[in-house]
Amino acid sequence: MTAKTVVALEGIEKTYGSLRALAGLDLGVIEGELLSLLGPSGCGKTTTLNVVAGFVQPERGRVRIDGVDVTARPAWQRGLGVVFQSYALFPHLTVAENVAFGLRERGATKSEIIESVADALALVRLEGVATLRPAQLSGGMQQRAALARALVIHPRVLLLDEPLAALDRKLREEMRAELKEIQRAVGITTIFVTHDQHEALGLSDRVAVMNAGRIEQLGTPREVYERPATPFVADFIGASTVLDACALDASVVEISGGLRVEVRLPRPLVPGERVRLLIRPERVEVGEGAGMLAARVIGVMYLGDHTEVRVELSSGVRLLATVRAAPPLGPGDPIGVRLPADAFLEIA
Amino acid sequence: MIGRLVVALLVGFMTLPTVVVVVASFNPTAILSFPPAGLSLRWYENALTYPQFHRAAVNSLIVTGASALVALPIGTAAALALVRRPLRARGFWSAVLLSPLIIPGVAVGLGFLILAARFGLLANHVVLVAAHVVLVLPFVVRSVAVSAANLDPQLERAAQSLGARPRRVFRRVTLPLLRPGLFAALLFAVIVSANEFVVSLFVSTRVTEILPVAMFTYVVNYTDPTMAALSTLFIAATFAGVFLADRVLRLSRILRLDDHR
Repeated sequence: MTAKTVVALEGIEKTYGSLRALAGLDLGVIEGELLSLLGPSGCGKTTTLNVVAGFVQPERGRVRIDGVDVTARPAWQRGLGVVFQSYALFPHLTVAENVAFGLRERGATKSEIIESVADALALVRLEGVATLRPAQLSGGMQQRAALARALVIHPRVLLLDEPLAALDRKLREEMRAELKEIQRAVGITTIFVTHDQHEALGLSDRVAVMNAGRIEQLGTPREVYERPATPFVADFIGASTVLDACALDASVVEISGGLRVEVRLPRPLVPGERVRLLIRPERVEVGEGAGMLAARVIGVMYLGDHTEVRVELSSGVRLLATVRAAPPLGPGDPIGVRLPADAFLEIA
Repeated sequence: MIGRLVVALLVGFMTLPTVVVVVASFNPTAILSFPPAGLSLRWYENALTYPQFHRAAVNSLIVTGASALVALPIGTAAALALVRRPLRARGFWSAVLLSPLIIPGVAVGLGFLILAARFGLLANHVVLVAAHVVLVLPFVVRSVAVSAANLDPQLERAAQSLGARPRRVFRRVTLPLLRPGLFAALLFAVIVSANEFVVSLFVSTRVTEILPVAMFTYVVNYTDPTMAALSTLFIAATFAGVFLADRVLRLSRILRLDDHR
């Protein structure tokens, strides 16, 4: 499949007062993919979405859709579908009238509207509530109605601004799966804004991790999780421990505090080289047995299906470990830790 | 117990003048007195047949209707601008728009009178309408601003993303959602304008004077209960108007819709 770029952002800059919301952002969204903009609040992900939608005018840079420069084109001429975090359903209109809104603006005939609205409501499984007002719907139903309203106009791109954030956890997980299904069935190019790493990893074809108005890393969920490009990405996606180390030979490093460990990285190290290593908590092994490093528990968080344990090695290095079935542990308990050589990742 | 008593006294105190006027209007004698000496409708007849009241009632309809018609769009635009736009001088403009509430009516009236005399505008309703627009505007701005502040800007963005240009967004989304505020504004405008006296007194002539001014002129010259009868009719009409408006425009439904959002 040849990857065709549908949305292209080139050097987008936007400031709010003294705040640089977007600092020269470049991004290409490929035909049919679901791309997540993932980052903490204030990283510029929603501003990016608003720039694509045409709600926010950047000070510098271009927005292209299918190669056409639309930077100066107002939102109502861009033909994009937007689902807002608050859903933004029109409270004075019924569900069907909400969905029909965009069709009416396009001058569709009455029979076209009736047919398209019925199809759109069927797509999101909302057939029974067409005559209700948004206020009479549950959060999940409002979310579907907003999705139907955005999709019914056959937008070139679907923009989703934290569409699941307002739902409770159980519903959020259901809607996440359903959203993915619908997106795939429609085959629409989608930009999805979220601060939730699970959502981003679970839904996306590609994830753009944003920080301070720029993209730190763009890649598949697997890439950003397993090969984080920067300490920020490593830290934001998955709670991990970043360690500064000094290479002693091609595969042995000394971590601050004099701890020597073997690492297996894709490249041989040069002795004396300083490297920054990352270890995911699920790769840190804790328990008892021969050859384990002596450590002490400094914090325990029981989370049901797993337990997060903070440990401090005798060398003073602190690590986060997750344990599937942990014996009851308490702060101060002695514990053994093993750091497998292939558990270390190098951060550029 | 004491609380209830205080409330009862307060309500009594507030309604007492109205009650006195209503009762006095049925007095058969030619002198405004209380309690009445009997029951009669002769002053109602007098009020309804007095020619100057007819003329004044028509003037009132013209002035109130025209000032509401002018003040509503201006006030709505001003309210939206005050709520939405990051105006640097928002406080200043807000103060200007609300200033007619603070400036004494005599001052406003005198000002309009000087201007009207200078430009020879006292022969028709123009100055009266202009004065009423100014006096009604603070109420319109306030009422609409409350609704506008409750309006989620995302709704307008949603409409835009669906292909609606700004004028269509205003017609299909903004305006319908401002309805409770617009209705309240209209109600305030009509009530304030219909009861306005001080400023109107300055800029009215015998030909253009509105009902409150005509009533004042009458009461200066005659002391019979005609005025009480007319006041009673006025009160009844206002009540009927608000009640009807509530029924026809289903004010309560509109307001409830606002709560749901």
